[in-house]
Formats: sequence, structure tokens, C-alpha cells
Amino acid sequence: MTTPLEAPLELSFDYTRSLGPVLGRFMAGLAERRITGVRGSDGRVHVPPIEYDPVTYAPLSELAPVADEGAVVSWTWQATPLEGQPLDRPFAWALIRLDGADTPMLHAVDCGAPEAIGAGTRVRVRWAQQPVGHIKDIACFEPTSAPASPTPPASAATPSPTAASPAEPVEIMTTPIRLRYTHSASPEESRYLRGLAEGRLLGQRCPECDQVYIPPRGACPVDGLPTTDEVDLPDRGILTTFCVVNVPFPGQRIKPPYVTGYILLDGADIGFLHQVLECAPEEVRMGMWVEAVWKPREEWGHTLRNIDHFRPTGEPDAPYETYQRHL
Amino acid sequence: MAGLCREAIDRALADAGLDWPDIDAVVLGKAPDLFEGVMMPELMLADAIGATGKPLLRVHTAGSVGGSTGIVAASLVQAGVHDRVLAVAFEKQSESNAMWALSIPIPFQMPVGAGAGGYFAPHVRSYIRRSRAPAHIGAIVAAKDRRNGARNPYAHLKQADITVEKVQASRMLWDPIRYDETCPSSDGACAVVISAAPTSGPAAWIHATAMRTEPTTFAGRDQVNARAGAEAAQALWRDAGITDPLHQVDVAEIYVPFSWFEPMWLENLGFTPAGDGWRLTEAGETDIGGRLPVNPSGGVLSSNPIGASGLLRFAEAALQVRGRAGDHQVDGARTALGHAYGGGSQFFSLWLVGADKPGGAA
Repeated sequence: MTTPLEAPLELSFDYTRSLGPVLGRFMAGLAERRITGVRGSDGRVHVPPIEYDPVTYAPLSELAPVADEGAVVSWTWQATPLEGQPLDRPFAWALIRLDGADTPMLHAVDCGAPEAIGAGTRVRVRWAQQPVGHIKDIACFEPTSAPASPTPPASAATPSPTAASPAEPVEIMTTPIRLRYTHSASPEESRYLRGLAEGRLLGQRCPECDQVYIPPRGACPVDGLPTTDEVDLPDRGILTTFCVVNVPFPGQRIKPPYVTGYILLDGADIGFLHQVLECAPEEVRMGMWVEAVWKPREEWGHTLRNIDHFRPTGEPDAPYETYQRHL
Repeated sequence: MAGLCREAIDRALADAGLDWPDIDAVVLGKAPDLFEGVMMPELMLADAIGATGKPLLRVHTAGSVGGSTGIVAASLVQAGVHDRVLAVAFEKQSESNAMWALSIPIPFQMPVGAGAGGYFAPHVRSYIRRSRAPAHIGAIVAAKDRRNGARNPYAHLKQADITVEKVQASRMLWDPIRYDETCPSSDGACAVVISAAPTSGPAAWIHATAMRTEPTTFAGRDQVNARAGAEAAQALWRDAGITDPLHQVDVAEIYVPFSWFEPMWLENLGFTPAGDGWRLTEAGETDIGGRLPVNPSGGVLSSNPIGASGLLRFAEAALQVRGRAGDHQVDGARTALGHAYGGGSQFFSLWLVGADKPGGAA
């Protein structure tokens, strides 16, 4: 069994949240260093505010100011902070019931050591240096026994473009999200990728239906049987069908316009997507014979990108009947 | 997201003359979480959609999810598990960028992906080659659906003045798909109450539902006329007692995110023989007033809140047989199809609703 290949996959996007009337006013309050909850049908004050009543499902709108200090209800210790957490040194995660609130909110408490926190410990908000009407205006909490962190008066805070007037509800909040994965190829795909690193195109044949798959799947999608019979495929074939991408979008790796289509290698029974160059987009045809143009060998890795593109061979097009079953 | 869903739910409950205590369970559908960047939005939406203290199920079958959501809710009622189930589906595309989310650069592969349009455009080209359809068919569909959308107060795009020529003059995005032949990015939600017994107003009776699935890729896969879609349709017609869909169905709400999918799905669903779907479109038979009006609501081409789009098709079919479709009502509609597909044409969900109770008068 070969060791599967791995590669990092990182995704990030600055998502925008339209907040609605309740959360919009909560965020606007943060810009002025005020915390507001919402009163539910049973009189309880929920902090952070919720939009719909947990008992009656009715929309909630009665905002209730609460204090920016309160008591720890329960807690745990984060000995090794992770990227993106509120503090970069060991801290407590605590459920904190602010004075005037009936429900606790979760936040970080900067108290130095686990011995410095317990149920009932009084804590207060440490505000961001420049509150802007965003949830991160609450930087963290700190014990009230500690000297207050110096913060400029709220009026000196520079309003952010998203909260031009802090008294008005904040309408949109940006929440950047980043995901980091380690993407693993299957053992069969790894063999194929190692083949690519040597300039080979390795497929596998199903023992039942004789269809040749590239990249190999490990099992035939039709018969479910392991595909162990390896097939070396040539780096030429036909373009079955294609489109011309004219539209730009965030994260795009190839500058439009470009021709992308299904390349059916000679001897394979399934096409894969690649790009066709060295031919004007309007000259590209279904059934056109194409061949691989490899990047310089020193640039090869474990990827289909070793083939820079496919180009027409100039041979007469394959008859439609010969590839129609692959459309 | 919460307010978006709730607006649809409040209207559905008011229309049915029901209140929260009448609802036994909630089924929520939406497409990939990467579209809003909220993992498992059902967690934070539970109170907004009235699920507190009730069973909540989340459904996900890519673009077809709205349809699957309706079918899961219907199944709970048909099975006798619950009397009244609320089906809700939504998407809020303005919070992100679906092109980005559908073009993730998977390691080791060629980064040629270009969103849903980039995926489907080659298969549209295959359809055109296979059927020998004239080039203007896609523009006919687009102009028709956008004009229909102008009759629907809930449609995102309302283009009463659009013409086939204007569509043909619009920019080519993913050749052969033009800008005006492409669905918009929409925010929207849809809610439907499915009940074992009639509620207020005329009912839409569910005569049959069907779902089928196939792998995204396998050797010899028909990407134009997907087998799972054809088999779902055959099962639907069989279970509903339909022997001649074109004559027995009065109106169809079909999932057409790119205009060419109207003739493709007409064939896949069995309304016409393979290769002939475009003839029905070209003859104007899919207009309101034609033999089989398709997407009188304006369809996905006029509004595409992805997760909701399938349930919107199902709900619009129900509105038609209830006679509640307003300015886009098809006269005398008594039997209507709702259709959705998702993934790389691999998930299909269908329902057939009628003004009459199956097996007898209402």
C-alpha cells in the first residue's frame, strides 16, 4: 500500500452579516461601550440578545441595558491558546452573568492563572481600544480585583465605516472566516499523482466492465469492484465537450477567457477537465484531437498541473458517434 | 437569515390559518454551508423557525435540497408520524459568493472550475449538438421566464420588457451560456405547511413524490439526460397514475438555472421524446397559455435563493392548483409538477400536486 499524498487546502472569505433590528442595536451599543440584552416573554433578560422568544417563538424587540460587569457562573481553562482566540496567553473560558441579565454569556477572562477564577468571581468587560460596533468590541473580561485597563473614553472612539453613526443600528458586520485543511489523496489517486510526477498518465481498468478510469477511483463506480489493473495512457485524446469561461470571480486561478473541457485520453473511458490553448476559442470544436503540452520537467510535482494545457494536433476531428457515449 | 426564514414562515402559517402550537415538527433545507459561512445554521436558527421543543431535521442535497425538504416533510405526514409539518428552505447569497464557494481549488487537480455555470456549460453544448436545437432556444426560455417573473411579486428579477434579441445580445459568460440565460444570486426563503387534514383555503393534494440519485461521474454517464432524473420521473408518473404527462399535467415548475435546461428537463421528465424538448419551447407551448406552461412564476432564472429554489418550485406548483398564483396563475390548473435537481445533475426530487384529492373529489 502506498502512502497517500497530502497537501494543504486553505479557504478564506470575508462573509458579510446583515444583522437585523435586534443584533444591529446590540452592536451599535457596543460601539458606545454599552451592553444591551433583550427581554423575553417571561421577563428574563437574554444577553447577548436573541431575536425570537424561546417560549412563544414571537419576535423580541424590548432591549434592556445591562452592566458591563457581572459574575462567573462556570469556567474552564485554555492552557494553550489557539490562533483566532481572544487572547494569546493562557486564559479562562467563562460563562458570565452580567448584572441585570438572566442568562450567561460565554467569553474569555484574562486572569493569569486558573487559581484566580472560580464560580462567583466578579469580572468586567475589557473593551477594545477603538470600539466600532462589532462583536470584537468586547476584547475579553478581566477580574474586577485587577486594576482597570486604561481605555480611551468611548466618545473618542473612531466610528467605523460600517457604523457611521453608532446610535443607529449596525446593518452589516463582516466576519472573516478561514479554514485550513490537510487534503489527502486516496492510495489509488496517490499512485496516479506519483505517475504524473514522472510524466506518466496512469489509469485503472474495472475487471467487470473493462472501463478505464483516470484518475483511478480504487473502485469502479458502476460495479463497485476494486480496480487493480493499471493502464498507461497516452497524453493525447479528444476534447468531448467544453465551454469558454469569460467570467472573472474571486479566487480564480486562470485569467479568463479560457477554454476548459473534458479531455478523453485515447484508451480511457472517462474524460477529465483541463484547458485547451494554442487555438482561438472560436476555433475549438467538439471531437477535436488534442495533445498534452507539459511544463518543463523541473516544474513537475504531484499534480495534473504538470500538463500546462492541451493543444490541437491538427488531425481530422473524431466522428461524433465515436465519443457521444461520453457526453 | 433568521428574519428571512421567519418572514416566509409567518406568511405560510397565516395562509394556512395555523399557529405555532399546530406545528408538530420542522424540516429545514439549505445548500452548502460555505455559501453563508455558517456551519449547521439549523443550530442558531432553531428558535427563529419555531423548532424549540419540537423535532427538527436539516436536509441537504445541494441545489435540489428545497425539493428534498418538501419530500421529507411530506413523508413524515404520509407515514403518520406527524399531522402537520413545517418545511422551510432558504439561502442568503448576499453574505458570500457562490462562484467562489463552488470553485474551491482542490489540491492536485487543474483549477479550471468556474462555478455552476462553468460546470454545466459543456453539458449544455452537448445537448445542443445531440438535439440539433437552434441557437436561439436558450434565449426564448430566458425571455419567457423573465417576463413571467415580472408577474410575480416575490421574484428577484422583473424584466417585463426583455426580448429574445436582448438576451442574445447579452454578454457570453460561459460559452454557450449568456448573462441573461443565467440565474441571479438571490436571498430568499420559502415555507410550506404539509398537513394530514385540510387547513384553511383550497388544498394542494400531494399525489406522488419521487427522489433519485446517481454518482457525479462514471464512465458512460449521460450528463445531458441523467438516468436518475428520468427514473425519478417514471416513478412519479407511475405513482400518480399519469400515463401521458404532456396531456395530463397542466403546469410545471422546473428547476432551470440556465435557460437551456428547460428543453433538457422536458425530455428527461418524459414530456417529450429525447431530442424534441426544444420544439415545445420554440413553439411557445411552455408560455403561460401554451400546452404546458413552464415556470409561470419566473422560475430559477428570475430568483435563485439556491437552498429555497427547489421548495419554491414545489410551492409554486401548489399555488397553481390552489388557484392562488395571482397574476401568474395558469387558468384551470388542476395538476402541477414541482421539480428540483442538484449537484452535477445527480440529485433529483419531484412532486405532483393536484386540486383534487387522490382517488376521489376533495
